[in-house]
Amino acid sequence: MNMQFRGSPQQASSVHAKTAIADCDIHPARATATELYPFLARRWHEHLETYDRHQYQGMMDGPPYPKAQPNAARRDAYPPEGGPQGSSLSFMQQQHLDPNNVMLGVLNPLATGQGLRNHELAAAICSAVNDWQIEKWTSKDSRLKGSIVVPNEDGPTAAAEIRKRAGDANFVQVLLLSRTVEPLGQRRYWPIYQAAEEVGLPVGIHAFGFGGNPITASGWPSFYMEEMVGHSQCQQAVLASLVLEGVLERHPTLKMIMIEAGFGWAPSLSWRLDKNWRRLRSEVPHVKRPPSEYIRDHIYWTTQPMEDPERRDHLFDVIDWVGWDKLLFATDYPHWDFDEPSRVLPPGVSDANREAFYLNNAKKLYGLA
Amino acid sequence: MTSPIAGGVDCDLHPAVPHLTSLLPYLNDYWRDQVTTRGMTDLVSQSYPANSPISARPDWRPAKGKPGASLADMRAQALAPFGVAYGICNPLFGVQMVFAEDMADAFCRALNDWLVKEWLDKDERLRGSIVIPVQSIEKSVAEIERCARDQRFVQVLMLVMGDMPLGKRAYWPIYAAAERLGLPVGIHAGSSYHNPPTSVGWGSYHIEDYVAQAQAFQTQLTSLIAEGVFARHPNLKMVMLESGFTWLPSFLWRLHKFWRGIRMETPWVDRAPLEIVRSNIRFSLQPIDAPDDPATLNRLFDHMQSDELLLFSSDYPHWQFDGDAALPEGLSPELVRKIMIDNPYATYGRLKEKAIKETTP
Repeated sequence: MNMQFRGSPQQASSVHAKTAIADCDIHPARATATELYPFLARRWHEHLETYDRHQYQGMMDGPPYPKAQPNAARRDAYPPEGGPQGSSLSFMQQQHLDPNNVMLGVLNPLATGQGLRNHELAAAICSAVNDWQIEKWTSKDSRLKGSIVVPNEDGPTAAAEIRKRAGDANFVQVLLLSRTVEPLGQRRYWPIYQAAEEVGLPVGIHAFGFGGNPITASGWPSFYMEEMVGHSQCQQAVLASLVLEGVLERHPTLKMIMIEAGFGWAPSLSWRLDKNWRRLRSEVPHVKRPPSEYIRDHIYWTTQPMEDPERRDHLFDVIDWVGWDKLLFATDYPHWDFDEPSRVLPPGVSDANREAFYLNNAKKLYGLA
Repeated sequence: MTSPIAGGVDCDLHPAVPHLTSLLPYLNDYWRDQVTTRGMTDLVSQSYPANSPISARPDWRPAKGKPGASLADMRAQALAPFGVAYGICNPLFGVQMVFAEDMADAFCRALNDWLVKEWLDKDERLRGSIVIPVQSIEKSVAEIERCARDQRFVQVLMLVMGDMPLGKRAYWPIYAAAERLGLPVGIHAGSSYHNPPTSVGWGSYHIEDYVAQAQAFQTQLTSLIAEGVFARHPNLKMVMLESGFTWLPSFLWRLHKFWRGIRMETPWVDRAPLEIVRSNIRFSLQPIDAPDDPATLNRLFDHMQSDELLLFSSDYPHWQFDGDAALPEGLSPELVRKIMIDNPYATYGRLKEKAIKETTP
C-alpha cells in the first residue's frame, strides 16, 4: 500500500520495475453511467433509470462503508479528459502500463451484474460488461486481458455466459466476487465451476461485492477499515466452503485465484482445516484428501495488498508455506491501496522466484507462456 | 511431547450442565414454572453437538451423560494429569441463543450459581467465569457486579459470534465493569446463531462452522481495536478462548497495514494494533492449528514476536490433542513456564491476589 500518491514514476522506479511484469488485478471503470448502453437492450436502459440496480445492500449510490478516497481510487489517477479513475485506456497506459512495463494486465471489472437482486438484469449487465471489455479495452491493447463476469447467483445462466465466451482469447478467467448470498462452495454455484473447467479457464474470486450478509458473524461493523480487513476473513470462509463442499475434489483441473484478500492466512487456515478434517471427515466423505492438498494444488493468490510484516524472514516463511509458484503479482490499479511494483518484494529473493512472482506464474496459469 | 510443569493454570475447562432441569434449584418460582410448564428442552448449542468427535475426546467421554458433567472425571482427566494449581471453568450452555433478555438473565444467574455450588465449592483449584445475558447490557453489568463479589470468579465470559461486533459502543458498560472489578473478558468460540456463522451466510457442515470460529475471532479483534475499546479501557484484558492463534501474525500484518492507511477514520485508536494486542489481548493455547513438526511451530512463535500472548489450556473435554500432549513438541522450558504459569497469573489478577495471600502467614 503506497500512500505517496503524487510521487513521480521516475522516483519510484528501480531496476526491477523495468522488468516486464504481469498485473493480475486492474480495475477498468466506465467513464459515464451510460457507457454500457450500446451493449444493453433498450428495455434495461429504462429499467435502470427507473429502478436503478437494486443490490443486496441498502445504499442507492455508493457503498455501505464510505471508501478512503473517491471511488476507492488514487487521486492522481483521474484521467485528464475527465471521468473516474481507471476509465481511460490512454491514461492507464501512460500512468501504469507503460512506465511499469506491464506485459499482461488482467482486468477485473467490479461494477457488474453480480450482487443485483434482479437476476435477469444481473445477466444482462454481466454480458454487457463482457462485450464492453472487448470493445473498450482488450481489442485496443493486446497486453490487457478480460475476465468473464457472470450473474453468479443464477448458476445456469452464469454457466451459459461462460460457454458463450469459450475460446475467446480476449478472456483469461471467470470472475466472481467473494461476498455472495451463500458460501461459494454451495450447489447453486456448481454450474459455474463445471463450465469454467469445461472451457479451460481459471476462476478468480475477488474480494468485495454484495450478498446481503454482514461481513462478520456478529453483524455489521462500523468502519471501512473493518470491511477491508474483513475481506480476508470472508475469503477464508469462501475457500473453506469450496474445499468442504467438494468443489475442488470434483473438478481436478480447475484452478482458482484468490484476488485481493491476502495470502498470509492460507497456511493457518490449511492447518486448521486439516486438523478438523482428520477428526470430522465422516461428515464430509466427499472430501477425500487433506484440505491443504486441494489448496496447494488448485489455488493461486494475487499479492496486493502485499503482506507486510516487520521482519522480512517472516514474509519469506509464509511464501515458502504458500508456494513461490502460486503467487501472482497485482497492483490493484487505480485503487488507493495500489502496490508499487518495485517496492513490493524485499531484497533477498532468488532471480527465479522473483521472475515467477512478477510474471512467470501468471503467464503459466493464464496459458500465455 | 513437552511435559507440563506443576503449578500451572488451565485457562479453558468446560464443566457441562447435565440438563436444563439441573438449573431448576437455582431458578425462582416463576422461571422454574416456565421451564416445566412450557416443556423447555435443554439449551444445547449446535456449536458442540454432544456426539461430535470434537465435542469430547474418545477417552474423556463418559459412559452416559454429557462429557464434562462429572467433577470426578475432570479431576482425573484434566486437573491431575496436567498438575495445575488452578483451572478456570468456562461453562458453554446455550443461554446466549435465547432471544428474551429476562429469560437469558434468569438462566445466567442460575448457571453462575450452579457453577459455584456444584464446582467451585467442591474443588479449591477451580475458578469460574461469569456468564452474562448479553441480550441486555444493563442486566449483564448487574450480573457481573453480583458475581464479582465472589473472588473465585476471575473472568467475564462472552461468545465470539453474537448479535453485534464486540467493539460496538453499546457493549462498553460491560467492559467498564470488568475493568473496574479486575476481571478479564474471555471471548470463547461459539455462536448465538443470531447471525450466520460466516460473512457469506450459512455453510452446510459442522466442520465448516467450527473452522469459521477462527475468522470470527479475527473480525472481533478488528472491531475491538477499531472502536477504541482499549483506548477507553487501557487496563482491560481480553482473552481469546479456543480461538486458535496461528492466524494472528498475518492477521495483524493486514490490520496494521490498513490502520496505517485509513487511521483517519478511527483517530481514537492511539496505538498500533500490534501494540494493543501485545498489551491487552491473550490467547488460549488450544487449539494449535499447525503441523506437528516443532520447526514450523517455532517459526510461528517467532512470528508472534512475544512470549506473553499464550495461556495454557486443555479445552477439556473437547478433543484438541491425544494423550497428555497438551503442550506441543519443541517448546523451550522458558516458554512452558510462561504459558503455564507466568502469563495466566499476569492475565488473571484475581489468581495472583489469592497466591499472595496463600504465601503470607
